[in-house]
Amino acid sequence: MTLKLGVPSKGRLQADAIEWFGARGVTLERTGLAREYAGRVRGVPGVELVLLSAAEIPSELARGRIHLGITGQDLIREQFPRWQDCVAELAPLGFGRADLVVAVPAIWIDVVDMGDLDAVAADFREVHGFRLRVATKYHHLVRDFFRRHGIADYQLVDSQGATEGTVKNLTAEAIADITSTGSTLRDNHLKVLEDGLILRSQATLFASRSADWTGRRRDRLADLGRRLGLGELPEI
Amino acid sequence: MLLDLYGEDIRARAFITADEGGERMLRPDFTVPIVRLHMQGAAEPARYAYAGPVWRRQEPGSGRPTEYLQAGIELFDGTDPAEADAEIFALIAEAVDHPGLEIATGDMGLILAAIDALPTTEIRKRALRRHVWRPHAFRRLLERFGSRQPELAAARADLIAAWRAGAAPDLMAEAGAPVGLRSAEDIDRRLARLAEEAETPPLTPGQVRDLETVAGLHGSASEALAALRGLEATMPALAPATDRLAARLAALARAGFPADTLPFEASFGRTTLEYYDGFVFGFRASGRPDLPPLASGGRYDTLTRILGDRPVPAVGGIVRPEALLALKGET
Repeated sequence: MTLKLGVPSKGRLQADAIEWFGARGVTLERTGLAREYAGRVRGVPGVELVLLSAAEIPSELARGRIHLGITGQDLIREQFPRWQDCVAELAPLGFGRADLVVAVPAIWIDVVDMGDLDAVAADFREVHGFRLRVATKYHHLVRDFFRRHGIADYQLVDSQGATEGTVKNLTAEAIADITSTGSTLRDNHLKVLEDGLILRSQATLFASRSADWTGRRRDRLADLGRRLGLGELPEI
Repeated sequence: MLLDLYGEDIRARAFITADEGGERMLRPDFTVPIVRLHMQGAAEPARYAYAGPVWRRQEPGSGRPTEYLQAGIELFDGTDPAEADAEIFALIAEAVDHPGLEIATGDMGLILAAIDALPTTEIRKRALRRHVWRPHAFRRLLERFGSRQPELAAARADLIAAWRAGAAPDLMAEAGAPVGLRSAEDIDRRLARLAEEAETPPLTPGQVRDLETVAGLHGSASEALAALRGLEATMPALAPATDRLAARLAALARAGFPADTLPFEASFGRTTLEYYDGFVFGFRASGRPDLPPLASGGRYDTLTRILGDRPVPAVGGIVRPEALLALKGET
């Protein structure tokens, strides 16, 4: 019985994943036609490569349709509040680094931390008649973070892309988004709050807890783990 | 409008969707819609009874239902708030009557009165009132206004000095292009408040302790009342709220709930719905952590002012019939 390993079907994340496995003597390669989403794993028997849209890997892991998958910690934590029940982290991969941060207009010279944002949110509601809007696609993580900081006078507005532009477009007052260098934030006249780091994320090899692990699949996972030099694996 | 009344915490648990008319929500409770209905023109006194489903998101895997029944009553009557509180409490207590119930009562009005009594700025009091329902944030605010105040004032000294020298517009221009709805005037107004805050003496450890003493009161209702009478020497402004508690306890005793056996916890209700601002109560089944609270309720005078053009003293409560049946079916 084979283990299914889900890898992004294209892009930087795929290239980095292929390189990471390659450096450990495991070759991920595409098979068939260039546009066909099929592939195989050479170097470890019984592991099948499944090429998936990067956005689908978290839910495929949670449903147990793949045994292993490479995706960002931010996506897993956002989509599955009780993520430890769904998946286990086998290895952080050192690429795909992204920090989820809270950012506000740089011109807000009176705001440096979340405590300031709280005071400003209350003022804003009084002056403008509605709650300060925070644009993000990470609803769960942001809500949780704001709750921990005791901020309540705000509302989330959904932004699935180009989030940094929402403030300039007057559809939000602040944002929570991933950043790797911060230059997009600066270009959009935004700054990160001092204590506004919600999550430090990187691409990670996850194992599904709900996949079928019978038929010697655990042994195959142990083999793969040894081959990749992962050390002791968590209970799955 | 209605949606905006609920904080993001409740919105997080509500099912929200949208159509051409804007955002819509499956009702997470009945109180807010009933208050709105009442404030559209009904006269007092008024009593409402209702029953029906409400919807709340639950954490995946928690096993709690996302749709459940609430049956409740709301009473709008300002003539005798103590009697009104006792009437609602007695009615709900009768509805859930069962051996082994844990009763909890509290009074958000006490903490609010203790905040009012602080000899400090209105800005600080408003911030504390705003966070009274979030004990963690409340404690952090007390630190910001108390032990950490000198440190925070020092950290902002340069910014405040620049603002005083009229250099705030230059600082803003240097910091970044103007983006977003929050205007330079908004920022300037906050700088003025920061300057005022930096000049205000920190809350003393004694003041913070008094506030925490009130928030931490627990025991029987008669013990709590005696303790509050003792605090009146240092916090005379507490007296009206304490008098209201005494009147309510007398009314409750007449209704069959004597104060020396009625549990009281000043912080009860601090983490539930934001709109309760006076008497609060709840009923749980002891030894059944799997069941939600069987009933809860409280006074929400402020909500009527937000939703209408006049304040109308109001109190209400709900029972959860399904939880009650689960309890009664077992014995």
